[in-house]
Amino acid sequence: MIQFSDLHKAYQGDTVLGPVTGAIEKGGITSIVGPNGAGKSTLLTMMGRLLDPTGGRVTIEGRDVFTTKSREMAQQLSILRQENQFTARLRVRELVAFGRFPHSQGRLTEDDHRHVGEALEFLSLTQLADRYLDQLSGGQRQRAYVAMVLAQDTDYVLLDEPLNNLDMKHSVLMMRQLRRAADELGRTIVLIIHDINFAAAHSDRIMALRDGEIVTTGTIPEIMRDEVLTDVFDTPVSVLEVDGRPVAVYYS
Amino acid sequence: MPVSEQPPPAEPQSATGRVAPASRRGDRGEPPPSRCRRRPRLPRFTAPPPGARVAIVGVLVVVAAVCYLLLFIRGSFQFAFDRRLTTLGTMVVVAFAHAIATVVFQTVTSNRILTPSIMGFDSLYVMMQTAMVFVFGGSALARTDGLPKLVVQTVLMVLFAVLLYRWLFAGRFANLHLLLLVGVVLGLAFESLSSFLQRLLSPTDYDMLSVRLFGRMSNSDGSYLPLAFAVCLVVGAVVWHRRHRLDTLLLGRDTSVGLGVDHKRELTVLLVLVAVLVAFATALAGPMTFFGFLVATLAYQLTGTHEHRHVLPMAFLLGLFTLVAGQFLMQHVFYAAGFLTVIIEFVGGIVFLVLLLRKGTL
Ligand SMILES: Nc1ncnc2c1ncn2[C@@H]1O[C@H](COP(=O)(O)OP(=O)(O)OP(=O)(O)O)[C@@H](O)[C@H]1O
Ligand SMILES: [Mg+2]
Repeated sequence: MIQFSDLHKAYQGDTVLGPVTGAIEKGGITSIVGPNGAGKSTLLTMMGRLLDPTGGRVTIEGRDVFTTKSREMAQQLSILRQENQFTARLRVRELVAFGRFPHSQGRLTEDDHRHVGEALEFLSLTQLADRYLDQLSGGQRQRAYVAMVLAQDTDYVLLDEPLNNLDMKHSVLMMRQLRRAADELGRTIVLIIHDINFAAAHSDRIMALRDGEIVTTGTIPEIMRDEVLTDVFDTPVSVLEVDGRPVAVYYS
Repeated sequence: MPVSEQPPPAEPQSATGRVAPASRRGDRGEPPPSRCRRRPRLPRFTAPPPGARVAIVGVLVVVAAVCYLLLFIRGSFQFAFDRRLTTLGTMVVVAFAHAIATVVFQTVTSNRILTPSIMGFDSLYVMMQTAMVFVFGGSALARTDGLPKLVVQTVLMVLFAVLLYRWLFAGRFANLHLLLLVGVVLGLAFESLSSFLQRLLSPTDYDMLSVRLFGRMSNSDGSYLPLAFAVCLVVGAVVWHRRHRLDTLLLGRDTSVGLGVDHKRELTVLLVLVAVLVAFATALAGPMTFFGFLVATLAYQLTGTHEHRHVLPMAFLLGLFTLVAGQFLMQHVFYAAGFLTVIIEFVGGIVFLVLLLRKGTL
């Protein structure tokens, strides 16, 4: 379980998040939703120890993410940021192999190569494995980043907008694969997602943020309601039932 | 900053040199993962793998060194050989220090334009020399030459760097760009101070000083070399031990932290090592602003991989080759041995400007 208490972030005195207190349960997929600038990435990167909070603390299974040795943390928690830029020119396979660093410290074993191969296949990148990242389309590159995080083989996986740039087919595939990782491998997956219907269709829980506050956290039926969504997104939303699933409509 | 200065891919396999073993569902008749995508515009030959490229440059270095040591000796063999050996030793130290320092510095600062000298190192060296002449007169430079001065200069410069990093990293704005900006501003301040002091010098003092302010390989004495080699060996061992961690630093701070690298610690340790190397090389052979930049840029282009276990040796060997072959040519073809560093700086400076203008950013 990821727990955070009084977590707070301010830039030059301007609070952008919190203080928020809450938890992400072990197992399953939790989606974080909310409008632009709500503080989703801020919350996720602090949970992933990439951003120092102004106040408060984060623990994963009781261990403080900021004081635990970085290498141990990296074997338990992986995180993908919204933006990624690298100094060197890398091939897809090289990038994904970096995901094994916490386990092998750079000297890849047979086992590491197997993980890399599996992660590539998991995201249908086998054909592209020897291309340079700058020779890929945005969606292919996004899949390569996710493959790297999956190759890290951690219990907790935090993903900031993994569906960025993905087409319909690959979005569905990606969510199915994450679902499999959660169900078959017992991973705890936290992701930021903009399409509320996608979140509802594929995740177990939704955490909704607005203006740096957690508005509500709950299961799909608890969140997928007119008044809750209208409140979170500050836009009229109505929830319909399609094929037995709740679907939010907000085009009016 | 995504940098794509490397030549187009030519070798069909990944730089790890291995193809992942067949994965679980590999029996569906898919083509093998590599080899299946050859872009048609590539030439048909296969470029040598990184290890072979490093070895080729290594052979070139050996050839150049043998030529430099043994050819065109007039008069006493022993005397000339000893002198050349000392110069060669200096060149090894200078090439090693500048090449390793620059590559490491560019990796930890996630850029491929800036070099350690932008941190104010060269200017600090110039200021120390100028201040010395100003206070004690031009003859003091020659009188105090030797190991103690070398060590003192190195310690001072490392101290400067460490204080700067400490101050900046302890502060609220632990930000690399700020660090670099402060480096530039301090460098300018040192430079202005130096040129102010230089105006006040007598022409003879100024003459003696200006000789020191250009890199020099040949007229250095050999007594410091054992120490220099020891420093290079120790720093080299520490850097080599971190070569895989350096690779992850190429992914930027966040990704490397995500992969379990203690980024802040690596940054501090590596920057101190960079400071030691540059300070030592500058105190030994004078400031060389663009030499490191030149060899690092060449190394990225020629190695064909991002891996530091190849890039670092490549940069060192390229640097050594540039110095040795350059010295050999200057001495025996152009009869202008003293101009080598001037020419290297000139070429390096032009490459620097071209890259900077082409990219427009850090
Ligand atoms: N480095 C920074 N300095 C100042 N303000 C920042 C900084 N980073 C983020 N912010 C502010 O913090 C707020 C929350 O940003 P965050 O990136 O968490 O939003 P988000 O919910 O992920 O939005 P999006 O859906 O657009 O990704 C925003 O208002 C943003 O402007
Ligand atoms: Mg965001």
